[in-house]
Amino acid sequence: MVDIVIIGAGVSGCAIAREVSRCKADVLVLEREEDVCCGTSKANSAIVHAGYDAANGSLMAKLNVEGSRLMPALSKELDFPYENNGSLVVMVSEDDRPALNKLYENGVANGVEGLRIVERDELVRMEPNISDQAVAALYAPTGAIVCPFGLTFALAENAAHNGVRFQFDTEVTGVEKIDGGWKLSTSRGDVEARVVVNAAGVYADKLHNMVSDDPMTITPRRGDYFLLDHSAQGHVSHTIFQLPGKFGKGVLVAPTVHGNIIVGPTAIDIEDKEGVATTQAGLDEVRAKCGLAVKDVPLRQTITSFAGLRAHEARHEFFIGEAAPGFVDCAGIESPGLSSAPAIGVMVSGIVRDILKLEENPAFDPKRKGILDPKGLDDQAHAALIKENPAYGTVICRCETVTEGEIIDAIHRVPGARSVDGVKRRVRAGMGRCQGGFCSPRVMEILARELGVDQSAITKAGAGSELIVGVNKDAI
Amino acid sequence: MREYELVIIGGGPAGLAAAVAAHEAGVRDILILERDNELGGILNQCIHNGFGLHTFKEELTGPEYAGRFIEQVKKLDIPYKLNTMVLDLAADKTVTAMNREDGLFQLHPKAVILAMGCRERPRGALSIPGCRPAGIYTAGTAQRLVNMEGYMPGRKVVILGSGDIGLIMARRMTLEGAKVQVVAELMPYSGGLKRNIVQCLDDYGIPLKLSHTVVDIEGKKRVEAITIAQVDERSRPIPGTEERYECDTLLLSCGLIPENELSRSAGVELNPITNGPTVNESLETSIPGVFAAGNVLHVHDLVDYVSEEAGAAGRHAADYIASGCKTEEDYKALPIKCENGVRYTVPVAIRPEAAGDTVTLRFRVGNVYKNKKVAVYAGDACVFSRKRPVLAPGEMETVILKTKDLKDHPEAGGITVTLEEA
Amino acid sequence: MEEKNLICINCPLGCPLTVTLENGEVKTVTGNTCPRGDAYARKELTNPTRIVTSTVKVQGGTLAMASVKTASDIPKGKIFDCVKAIQDIELEAPVAIGQVVLADVCGTGVDIVATKNVPAKG
Repeated sequence: MVDIVIIGAGVSGCAIAREVSRCKADVLVLEREEDVCCGTSKANSAIVHAGYDAANGSLMAKLNVEGSRLMPALSKELDFPYENNGSLVVMVSEDDRPALNKLYENGVANGVEGLRIVERDELVRMEPNISDQAVAALYAPTGAIVCPFGLTFALAENAAHNGVRFQFDTEVTGVEKIDGGWKLSTSRGDVEARVVVNAAGVYADKLHNMVSDDPMTITPRRGDYFLLDHSAQGHVSHTIFQLPGKFGKGVLVAPTVHGNIIVGPTAIDIEDKEGVATTQAGLDEVRAKCGLAVKDVPLRQTITSFAGLRAHEARHEFFIGEAAPGFVDCAGIESPGLSSAPAIGVMVSGIVRDILKLEENPAFDPKRKGILDPKGLDDQAHAALIKENPAYGTVICRCETVTEGEIIDAIHRVPGARSVDGVKRRVRAGMGRCQGGFCSPRVMEILARELGVDQSAITKAGAGSELIVGVNKDAI
Repeated sequence: MREYELVIIGGGPAGLAAAVAAHEAGVRDILILERDNELGGILNQCIHNGFGLHTFKEELTGPEYAGRFIEQVKKLDIPYKLNTMVLDLAADKTVTAMNREDGLFQLHPKAVILAMGCRERPRGALSIPGCRPAGIYTAGTAQRLVNMEGYMPGRKVVILGSGDIGLIMARRMTLEGAKVQVVAELMPYSGGLKRNIVQCLDDYGIPLKLSHTVVDIEGKKRVEAITIAQVDERSRPIPGTEERYECDTLLLSCGLIPENELSRSAGVELNPITNGPTVNESLETSIPGVFAAGNVLHVHDLVDYVSEEAGAAGRHAADYIASGCKTEEDYKALPIKCENGVRYTVPVAIRPEAAGDTVTLRFRVGNVYKNKKVAVYAGDACVFSRKRPVLAPGEMETVILKTKDLKDHPEAGGITVTLEEA
Repeated sequence: MEEKNLICINCPLGCPLTVTLENGEVKTVTGNTCPRGDAYARKELTNPTRIVTSTVKVQGGTLAMASVKTASDIPKGKIFDCVKAIQDIELEAPVAIGQVVLADVCGTGVDIVATKNVPAKG
């Protein structure tokens, strides 16, 4: 029997894993996909919300403000991309002034620092491409952007470094109370644990309802996005939201930490917990709305569109606590879940620690070094690196200038990349304007070589997503 | 790193032809930088025939065509570096590149020829709604997997876009044992050559559906079905016309985009229509001493014309180096205006005093036109006219102007290329 | 009397040709704008031929596959037989452009030749 099983290797599960690794405990993370960061954590706005939005007094508000406060130091400790670019909630009609003031007051009550309302003149100076209808905005200097993959991988790698084990391709199908803990039935056999943490994202309700008489319903709320090329960089520098009001709820336009522009999302409640297909209507909605707060959004420079699911609970609140003794929920983690992740990790690990009366792990190492990106080196150090390891001299992804050295590093991390998407999310090979057209066959080749498998076994994103189905003339 | 007089970025058909021509024109100090592990560029994966009818007067496959030029480059002992990525081109022509052996290095050539080719438009840029499973490839990626690595990317295929690579891949996949169910084309006409429609689709009974697009992609892990629908004149899907195909693969052949990231970083002026540099009659970009040719300049449909254009760029680069890198700033430049369906021209301006006896003008039209006349005016004077029974966006047009005809009209302030009733 | 329709591929014009046949013999060709259309229709309806290009495996080379073609055109009806005939061929590197991979494929009198140089590895 292991001490703790965490179900789900999204950003919440990984944040919890990393925090509990501060204690002496045998921790196992079960994930049904082939990698960490495969659900909601991989497809979202990549925003660290300042914390003015969530209702004052809610757990959501508390953890958002706290998560946002922890994020800068965490980004240094765990070496992931984070940028404090500030956010603006733009009001496009004077009629909405009361709503803007209310948002300001809510933020102040939540403890968000530095909030102020900026009027049009200042707004135009801050964001020259702000729409002509923009009247004023709530400015949150603590608003930020983060790489959601980078954050999740960093947490997972640091957890693994401190002894947490990860088991992928393992879906939990049943939960049963046993003496001294829980028995989980999984697609790969039974697992027994003293404490179970349910961080299963859009599936958290299913697990919760297996152990609790107080049922919960998580509705997948789909959001469609456009991601624009580096050539659109600079169109906006802050994260720009539109104040919900006279013209409905808008979409955000924001830079990403990698120099792209992200536009979206929609908010469409669906039934399918796997329903990450974009629709024409959804994409059209983003197209129509993005111009309200920002003018001339260069959507022609779209390099990809995608959809993500938010794990929405009808009460719009985070549910963190014991659903049954020793079965800890971390459910309803919709936006601002990414922003809150560092605080969620601390809170849930505190609960688990209390249940199990865990001791400190004196060997805990809080530091993690990210995958080396040679683009950040000066010429001399760059040259020395290639001399020492020539794989850093071979560019595989032309659009994002990703070298073979970085891809090999990504594959040999723990937990490491096992699929083309796993490589893409770790080092951005295939994330650029050609979307893997040139590099995906090369990445497949490197994965096969490094993992010691045949190229036909290489998948896009886990079993069933094989990229090659056979060899020439094998079916004539 | 030793310096070179001429650096050619790209070792595909354009780079190779430019190198050979520059060498023949007297440049002895040339370096070709190629990012792939062999010379030849995209031709290495274009194993079908149909190349070289103009250049070699015989029908070759892509690798054979490339082989002819590679042989010449080797015979002339023109140095080249493989697996070498150019990371930056500066306005002063400093080239920053990288490979395993030399590490990170800089070159300061007198002249540069841009020959980086083009890339395919991916699914994302088309904003096709639906799932994002495995099994969606650009036609070129599938071509590389099948033709160079021997791997089948799928068994039951739908193709979106009737560009030549898509048509060629319909036949290739069929001959390797896959079932190609349909080719859907958004436009009311095909972007590919007629020959390819007949020999790649009709020969194998593969239907081509014009004015159709993909409206849904199904499949969580791997493509399971594709739905196409007819579109109206504004390219919007018409409800009720949907047809669903069960399949495991979607190939995209929806246009090519010149790869001008380096040109952009150097500050080379680009033409928003071609996405390639604006060049004068010498194929020289807005930066003196930086020339461009091939698909990086504008997307060609025949490699023979790439070689021809690149040869000219090589000779002009040689002239530039031989003249001591002088730029003739006081030469009068005649800008070229496009009218009546002519979408763009390469070059965008001609300096009659800098031109040889003739100037080759290449252009494309924006629609299918029948019974027209291609006419070129210097000011108000017609200097060229030719009847064309048909013009199509998929076929590049070539006009050869006599420089003397332009010089005969010194009053002209510009040149106009237009289509007229025949 | 039989009537067949096809599209001429000689130029972008793509003339729609109508051909009448009697006992498999071409009687008339209409719809063409030039003599090339007439010749194309006659050949296409009596003896259509194609050049076939494909790939074969290579052992010990810098590449896993070598591209090949029929040295000249073969009857259209034999395309798939031709592909099947080279299905199991494995060449030893080095492979040189023009090298005969399979002589007289499917009794056509036409050889399959390599179209790619594949040097030996190492």
